[in-house]
Amino acid sequence: MKVAAIALNTFKEAVRDRILYAILVFALVMLAGSTILVTISVGGETKIIKDLGLACMSIFGALIAIFLGIGLVSKEIDKRTVYTIISKPIDRYQFILGKYLGLVLTLLANVGVMALGLIGLAYLGEGISSPRLLLAVLFVFLELMLVTALALLFSTFSSPALSAIFTLCLYVAGHLSADLRLFAARFGGAATKLSAETLYFLLPNLSRLNFKDQTIRSLGTEGGTTALSFSYAIFYIALLVLAAMAIFERRDFK
Amino acid sequence: MFAITIKDLCKEYRVGFLRKRVRVLSDLSLNVGEGEVFGYLGPNGAGKTTTLKLLMDLLRPTSGEVRILGQPAGDVRTKQQVGFLPEQPNFYEYLTGRELLSFYGQLLGLRRSDRRERIATLARELRIDAALDLPLRKYSKGMLQRIGLAQALLNDPKLILLDEPMSGLDPIGRREVRDLLLRLKSEGRTVFFSSHIIPDVEVVCDRVGILVGGRLVARGPLDEMLEARITSIEVTVSRVPPELLEELDHLFMTRPVTKGERLLLTAKDEDALAALLPRLLEHKAVIHAIVPQRESLEEYFIRHVQPRDAL
Repeated sequence: MKVAAIALNTFKEAVRDRILYAILVFALVMLAGSTILVTISVGGETKIIKDLGLACMSIFGALIAIFLGIGLVSKEIDKRTVYTIISKPIDRYQFILGKYLGLVLTLLANVGVMALGLIGLAYLGEGISSPRLLLAVLFVFLELMLVTALALLFSTFSSPALSAIFTLCLYVAGHLSADLRLFAARFGGAATKLSAETLYFLLPNLSRLNFKDQTIRSLGTEGGTTALSFSYAIFYIALLVLAAMAIFERRDFK
Repeated sequence: MFAITIKDLCKEYRVGFLRKRVRVLSDLSLNVGEGEVFGYLGPNGAGKTTTLKLLMDLLRPTSGEVRILGQPAGDVRTKQQVGFLPEQPNFYEYLTGRELLSFYGQLLGLRRSDRRERIATLARELRIDAALDLPLRKYSKGMLQRIGLAQALLNDPKLILLDEPMSGLDPIGRREVRDLLLRLKSEGRTVFFSSHIIPDVEVVCDRVGILVGGRLVARGPLDEMLEARITSIEVTVSRVPPELLEELDHLFMTRPVTKGERLLLTAKDEDALAALLPRLLEHKAVIHAIVPQRESLEEYFIRHVQPRDAL
């Protein structure tokens, strides 16, 4: 109940943030704008809508996760609101968990709105979409949960500006790590290979959570791969949130 | 059992790029008994807020021990019985007073009906009921302090820790907080509060501690601390021949002051008084009052703080 109270309060705070609406409106406008592209393309109209729609969801969702996530903890410390909360009978980890879940709830609402927009547009194009679209949306959401966890982790020990830079870098690197590994395996020397391998295993492998292509091209996805990707995301998120808790547990509030 | 036990407490911060160590508290040892009102005094930067944060587990000690109601600071179950008001409290300004208190009530694990009842009672007592449904961003500083006090008392705590509860309040607000502290004292609760408004401390506290530069330089029951030092003795007299005054001039601390027909003489100390009284009686002067002047807490405070500040 205590975690739920903090989560709900975080959600309340987030939905008052103007940045959230600015990003959401922009995403919806982009989504609607994709229909213009349909008129100038040859064949596969709804594919373009889905392609752009899922990309919008991923990128704008990540922006929301980063912009709201970076202040999640540091703002509470700067504004001293954390003092009266930690002095209540709660554990510090409950605070972190509540903050995280609050932002995840915000993202869920946003992804929900964007997904409804996307499904609506796709419906106009080709009727009811296949459930594969929902699978892709689920993995976009998992990716955003992971980005939020990254922002939360940085937010426990650094300023919002630095947290934004770190999270953004990891978001981009996370999308490229698999390509980097492939590139190093083909062309690199032993040292390059080793460093690319290390990075590949350390960085969040966000391309693993990308089911957009399979959805758009109507390619089949193996149940095993999906389950593995799902477990990977959950494991990585848990690891990040636990790290954030561990850092917050030891922190002094000066 | 003590409500607060602090033993050999040290706190160092690391500051700057080179992470230089700065010691904020040194070997602080202090016990506060149950039902006691303890005033924690000190100039700015003495380490008062640091001590309170260590008591609330917002900071972790570099060394030493802090216990609250017999348990280590930060123990979740113990926090259920503790109320805390930080210095210049800040709250979620988008919430209304009622929403904020309800949120804290949830963190305290209070049931909905209990929360509602408790909030209504506290709002009435602290005179914030009219503003309870306004967002906190519209609250004045004094109102924020009141809502801060309300959240500290929400769980009906046994131990209350207040960091500068009177700062930022107007004279009426200060008076109200003082009355509130007296009431909490009469209810048998333990109150530990820091302040630099000395007259208020003087009225409310059983014991005080004076912290300077991270060290406790004085502590004890207020009466003992102040009674120990008589600074002068005022004698109100009339019908004193002027030549006698000149003769006894060396016994006075300041020049005699005329108050209508009476004269106010200030004897330097008890020895001076012993020399003064027989001479006055010999000359048939009328003695109206003899009042020993004790050191005020403010003078005591300044006497303890100044020598170190001068270094």
